[in-house]
Amino acid sequence: MAQNPSSVKTATIGEAGLSVALIGLALLSLLIAAKAYTPAFAFHAYLFAAASLASVFVIVNRYYKRDAGPVPQLIGDRPNYNMGPVKFSSIAAVFWGVAGFTVGLYIALELAFPSFNLDLPWITFGRLRPLHTSAVIFAFGGNVLIATSLYVVQRTCRARLVGDLAPWFVVLGYNFFIVIAGTGYLLGITQSKEYAEPEWYADTWLTVVWVVYLLVFLGTIWKRREPHIYVANWFYLAFIVTIAVLHLGNNSAVPVSLFSSKSYIVWAGVQDAMVQWWYGHNAVGFFLTAGFLAIMYYFIPKRAERPIYSYRLSIVHFWGLIFLYIWAGPHHLHYTALPDWAQTLGMTFSVMLWMPSWGGMINGLMTLSGAWDKLRTDPVLRMLVVSVAFYGMSTFEGPLMSIKTVNALSHYTDWGIGHVHSGSLGWVGFVSFGALYCLVPWLWSRAGLYSLKLVNWHFWISTIGIVFYISAMWVAGVMQGLMWRAYTPQGFLEYSFVETSIAMHPYYVIRAIGGALFLIGALIMVYNLYMTIRSPEASSQPEGRPVLAAAE
Amino acid sequence: MATSQTSSWARHRIFETNSIILVLGILAMISVGGLVEILPLFYVKSTIEKVDGMRPYSPLELAGFNIYVREGCYVCHSQMIRPLRDEVERYGHYSLAAESLYDHPFQWGSKRNGPDLARVGGKYSDDWHRQHLRNPRSVVPGSIMPSYSWLETTPLDAAHIDEDMRALAVTGVPYTADMIGRAAADLRAQASADDPGAADMVKRYPKAVARDFGGDKGRTTEADALIAYLQRLGTLVDFKIYDDKANIR
Repeated sequence: MAQNPSSVKTATIGEAGLSVALIGLALLSLLIAAKAYTPAFAFHAYLFAAASLASVFVIVNRYYKRDAGPVPQLIGDRPNYNMGPVKFSSIAAVFWGVAGFTVGLYIALELAFPSFNLDLPWITFGRLRPLHTSAVIFAFGGNVLIATSLYVVQRTCRARLVGDLAPWFVVLGYNFFIVIAGTGYLLGITQSKEYAEPEWYADTWLTVVWVVYLLVFLGTIWKRREPHIYVANWFYLAFIVTIAVLHLGNNSAVPVSLFSSKSYIVWAGVQDAMVQWWYGHNAVGFFLTAGFLAIMYYFIPKRAERPIYSYRLSIVHFWGLIFLYIWAGPHHLHYTALPDWAQTLGMTFSVMLWMPSWGGMINGLMTLSGAWDKLRTDPVLRMLVVSVAFYGMSTFEGPLMSIKTVNALSHYTDWGIGHVHSGSLGWVGFVSFGALYCLVPWLWSRAGLYSLKLVNWHFWISTIGIVFYISAMWVAGVMQGLMWRAYTPQGFLEYSFVETSIAMHPYYVIRAIGGALFLIGALIMVYNLYMTIRSPEASSQPEGRPVLAAAE
Repeated sequence: MATSQTSSWARHRIFETNSIILVLGILAMISVGGLVEILPLFYVKSTIEKVDGMRPYSPLELAGFNIYVREGCYVCHSQMIRPLRDEVERYGHYSLAAESLYDHPFQWGSKRNGPDLARVGGKYSDDWHRQHLRNPRSVVPGSIMPSYSWLETTPLDAAHIDEDMRALAVTGVPYTADMIGRAAADLRAQASADDPGAADMVKRYPKAVARDFGGDKGRTTEADALIAYLQRLGTLVDFKIYDDKANIR
């Protein structure tokens, strides 16, 4: 039917329905803006209205430009992949990454030199720290996950993404959520749940986006022209499904009014603490781990041109990881008013979690069997492999810190910050950079990256930055923990709190230097990727890039 | 040997060829841990015990709590004293679950860039807090806390505080219709030194201290509310009469 040039062009149900829904949202937003209790909330309502109306304009514009029939699913025998949303998310990831690292550097300087707070409400440490964590986890990491998942699911299913507008709704809607969340932090709109700070209306919007994301992903799997669902997609599915469950559970809240940005979480006190760290630890487990393990399971085999080391290990790894991770939350609450049995359960499962984590690491690393020489010649592969090594390191450190007696020293100190950053800079950061270095030439049909030499510079500068960062935080954390519990021979506490704080200064400076190096590395990547996109298109499409068979 | 093993591994095929079964499997696996760890907390005695002295926030304290949340104080200050010798000596009696019973959400924190605040109430004067918020290093040399000088120049916007209390009542905080109805008057009474409604307010919120937290008569600022909140922290439970054996955890 698509071939019939005289067929009458009509709006699809998606185009009409989404336009109507967005116009409705715009009207509601304008009403809220008019009656909002605070200017900050009115500002957000206007943003919602403007974004909705702009989207309607784009949909109408697109309607007039497009062909009458639906987009063909196949061109010849090859799937007509939908890579536009993937490209958008990839660029957004790079943009948010640099923004998030920069804010991170700034707040590191605030801790070393408090005058950086400048006496301005919007940029105090308390407001910028959630901006940093959300920017790197959800804006940078989230866009990397959306970009790679929408790429991988198409490639491994040999099918075009389901939906015409839906994939665009996912990437644009998600990034709009980021804008609302980020500007909200600066304006003091937060529900003070770590890694879940956005308020009720942003959470509601994210829920809608996330459900569409799940449907696009599942729908594409249903269309697959491969018998098996590839292992990377198991991990992506676990990530999408579990994050949805966690998000709904942790953010259950009662808004004060439709016209107020403020809401109150339904949970309180000890129950809220447990729900928060059930969420918080599994944001690490499913957002920052399962999702990025999916990247590992696709991009390392692709780049190394080797099959995954062990199919059985990936089965054990997958089910073991998702079952055990959920239990580990209480290790954030050792020695608190949470009952002892829950703390002990959290500790026990955290220690057990070491096993599937290292199983995954082994599966990733051993995929290089027979291709180890490529580490010398391919800095992108080296980045991917070193990320897995960092994964192994922080998933050893994590169980160690979850042991109660260790935790008594490490908790509340910078050791925790160091641990998080060995995982986030080393594992999540590097595996994302590796994936982006692979993805950009593939998406824009370039023969390769603009410069492998610059990748090498990126790798080494960032690695040195990470080493500065985490070793400074280890020393600072252990030292502060010991100072807090130090006694004089007479049996008095030896140090006042502020003395332990002053002792941290040199390490905070070293940490800021480490962060700056990491940021410089990322800026080198930006230049490299920009020049790659600007370089001429590869003359011959990398024909028939083999699709990975199911891991077997 | 290989064949028998292959057959059992081959059973995994059902997950690899059917996305709905895979999703159901994922849901089943992730449900167990959360249910086992979370559900009992709504029934176990130590997590739902009522302790004498605990009461919901007064309207002024609630406004202060919201400023504490807004400024992200939880990012650097914990409110959870662990039962470790040095912590108990530094900060006071270890924290009870009941002491955060009315915190929506909880403010236990996860990192101490500054000291724990669970029992900071009454340790310093209002003047000290005001000076400390204005310029932390003027009273604590070497502190790395940002200055919050704008709090004492920003009038407190509590026009909708009754709606806040109504939302909290939905979540289970025992605010009565009477308390919600008198929210604005109670807030005014607590924020000044000589308001005739103060005695009445204290009946609703025992141990609430009514005074001019800001030292500037007739004007209630965000700093006043925040200080009222801080001065309440950890002061409600009287540990001289608290029976810690009743709450073995």
